[in-house]
Amino acid sequence: MLCRKLLSRTGSLKCVRNAAHFTYQPQTPPAHLGETNKLNMFQSINNALDIALAGDDSAVVFGEDVAFGGVFRCSLGLQEKYGANRVFNTPLTEQGIIGFGIGAAAAGSTAIAEIQFADYIFPGFDQLVNEAAKFRYRSGNEYNCGRLTVRAPWGAVGHGALYHSQCPEAYFAHCPGLKVVVPRGPIQAKGLLLSCIRDENPCIFFEPKILYRLAAEEVPTGTYTIPLSQAEIVRQGTDITMIGWGTVVHVLLEVAAMAQEQLGVSCEVIDLQTIVPYDAQTIEASVKKTGKAMVVHEAPLTQGFGAEIAARLQEKCFLHLEAPVQRVAGWDTPFPYIYEPFYLPDKWRCLDTVKKLMDYM
Amino acid sequence: MSLLARNLLGSLCRATHIRSFHVDSVRDEPAPYPGVSSDFTKELRFIIPEEVPKIPIYRVLNGQGKVLDPSGDPGFDQDELTEMYRYMVRTSVMDRILYQSQRQGRISFYMTNFGEEAIQIGSARALKFKDVVFPQYREAGVFLWRGYTPLECMHQCFGTARDFGKGKQMPVHYSGAKANIQTVSSPLGTQIPQAAGHAYALKQTDKDVCVVCYFGEGAASEGDAHAAMNMAAVLDCPVLFFCRNNGYAISTSTKDQYRGDGIASRGIGYGMPAVRFDGNDLFAVYNATKAARKLAVEEQRPVILEAMTYRVGHHSTSDDSTAYRSVDEVNYWDTVDTPINRIRSYLTDKGWWSESHEKEFRSTTRTEILRAFKEAETTKLPNPLLMFDDAWDTLPLNLQDQKQELIDHLKRHPDHYPLDKCEDLE
Repeated sequence: MLCRKLLSRTGSLKCVRNAAHFTYQPQTPPAHLGETNKLNMFQSINNALDIALAGDDSAVVFGEDVAFGGVFRCSLGLQEKYGANRVFNTPLTEQGIIGFGIGAAAAGSTAIAEIQFADYIFPGFDQLVNEAAKFRYRSGNEYNCGRLTVRAPWGAVGHGALYHSQCPEAYFAHCPGLKVVVPRGPIQAKGLLLSCIRDENPCIFFEPKILYRLAAEEVPTGTYTIPLSQAEIVRQGTDITMIGWGTVVHVLLEVAAMAQEQLGVSCEVIDLQTIVPYDAQTIEASVKKTGKAMVVHEAPLTQGFGAEIAARLQEKCFLHLEAPVQRVAGWDTPFPYIYEPFYLPDKWRCLDTVKKLMDYM
Repeated sequence: MSLLARNLLGSLCRATHIRSFHVDSVRDEPAPYPGVSSDFTKELRFIIPEEVPKIPIYRVLNGQGKVLDPSGDPGFDQDELTEMYRYMVRTSVMDRILYQSQRQGRISFYMTNFGEEAIQIGSARALKFKDVVFPQYREAGVFLWRGYTPLECMHQCFGTARDFGKGKQMPVHYSGAKANIQTVSSPLGTQIPQAAGHAYALKQTDKDVCVVCYFGEGAASEGDAHAAMNMAAVLDCPVLFFCRNNGYAISTSTKDQYRGDGIASRGIGYGMPAVRFDGNDLFAVYNATKAARKLAVEEQRPVILEAMTYRVGHHSTSDDSTAYRSVDEVNYWDTVDTPINRIRSYLTDKGWWSESHEKEFRSTTRTEILRAFKEAETTKLPNPLLMFDDAWDTLPLNLQDQKQELIDHLKRHPDHYPLDKCEDLE
């Protein structure tokens, strides 16, 4: 049977929404950031938005359904606190939301737009690619919309299917002028989102929706930022470099533990964090050390962002490589519903890839 | 039920705010749906667009420049009106010279404004400088009115090192910060929701400012236009949605662009005021824009303006409109009824302008513009390394690498590239 079944008290079989395919690995908060609070990811994002609105009178948060708190509760309490002028619903139009956001940002407002699901960002693709990304460039730096941040829930959630699971980072990574960022948990979400909001370039912030509730950890209560375009080595290792972003980082951490335990293989797990402009130096240094690399992403294989990384690594690290750069990704199909457990690049496919890399020569 | 009982029941219902009901007739109740505040009706009646009167076209001057109703005359004095007239002519003269220069292969592309000079100067005159303009691409007169010079236009058309846009865009895609005009961009209609957002942001700190967004009747079909107008109405954005309905979107006439009563008729659908006026009538354009601005600012809401006009020129230098419209039709709007002719006629009637003024001004303007042209044509192009600037606010590592790659490449092959036409780096 394709779905997990539970015996209910009455003894009948029930299908449930698929439980997560990974175990969330809580991060330790940096000690120097002081006092913490246990927050899940929608709470830490809410906290970041609160900080942004409090510290910047020009900041506005808008999108569909944000007024009552948002469909994922990321904007809970913000309209009550800051008023309907600054936290407001828009009509149902992504192209309008992003165009509006560009215009507001161009007027100097810190415009934080929400797209309800990354799957619905496409009506706004023209505004993002043809306008936001090119606003500064085409004006000879007379104008810019750097104060724009677009947030959207992203990635597999267990039951999202075609239109509630997509990871569209590759489309936007191809567009000079944008920044694209994906956090792996609450601590990163708060720090990276605050960086995006303050960054002087239009940023797209994709939030792994499966982590909104499931990921909880001690999050520093104060204001802090995590730099953009810096990858983080989440687990040090010597044999294989594993590169991922968002949810998949936790899959990789699990695989790294399994690889150590079962195979004696030491894996270095890198969270790319910023997809573009990305931290090539960190991943190149790692691959030169390990000689073996795998990139893992939920998005479909062909032309996924793993392709860019693989091309870069083979170009810059060719003589250090002991095996071809591997990619483990979603299959080249639309994101399917009932087949999700077979679709995702899960820990078993990743572990097999570890073995493939180790056995290559 | 007895009469007494019925009356008691009715009082009880009224006292407790329950709708009363009569046993002997069915009376309808107010409509409780959240979607509209409207009444129920027993009559099934379609609203047939063809049966709804079309929005009339406001004008002050007729086609010969005669005032139809003196109360509509804005009352400009000689200096004011001749200044506006000169800007209309200057736009037209610049257009002619730059259009010809493209035909001669000296610039790569151009778009003229012929026939729309009254729209551009009349509306610009009615605004305050602090009102931000979001253009489409056929508003050069607005740029000129606000102090963007013909020389600066030409630097952009040639892509010289003096272009404010730093040579990044094709001709007529001016970036007008000095004129408080946002950068022209090719995708149609994208400026419209941006204008709404811009207005929303500005109104937070200034209740006497509006945004003016120009677009053609073709661009009004874009989804962005619909999204923007709906949002602006909902969010009370003080923005003037200024539609230049000039009859054609390249070769597509309005009969293939929309089926309704132009663009102004959409206002009611969005819940915003709308006005339609004669775009070839400088006074009508001025009056309508001024009144619309007042409405937008005082009531903090958007307004649709639809200026009826005719695109005399081709869509651009890449277009030959004889392929889809008659020369006679164009000729009428180019010679018989033009915005420039109408004002010249008015000025002449007033004794404020003459044949000799006209001759002298056109000659002087032509000389000035040709001088600017020569200067722009001989100005160096930007250093090629500037190509890497401004994609992001700072140069990311990937671009630093790529820039170095180009530097190295140019060192090896300087002769294969037009470096002599470019400025050196400081």
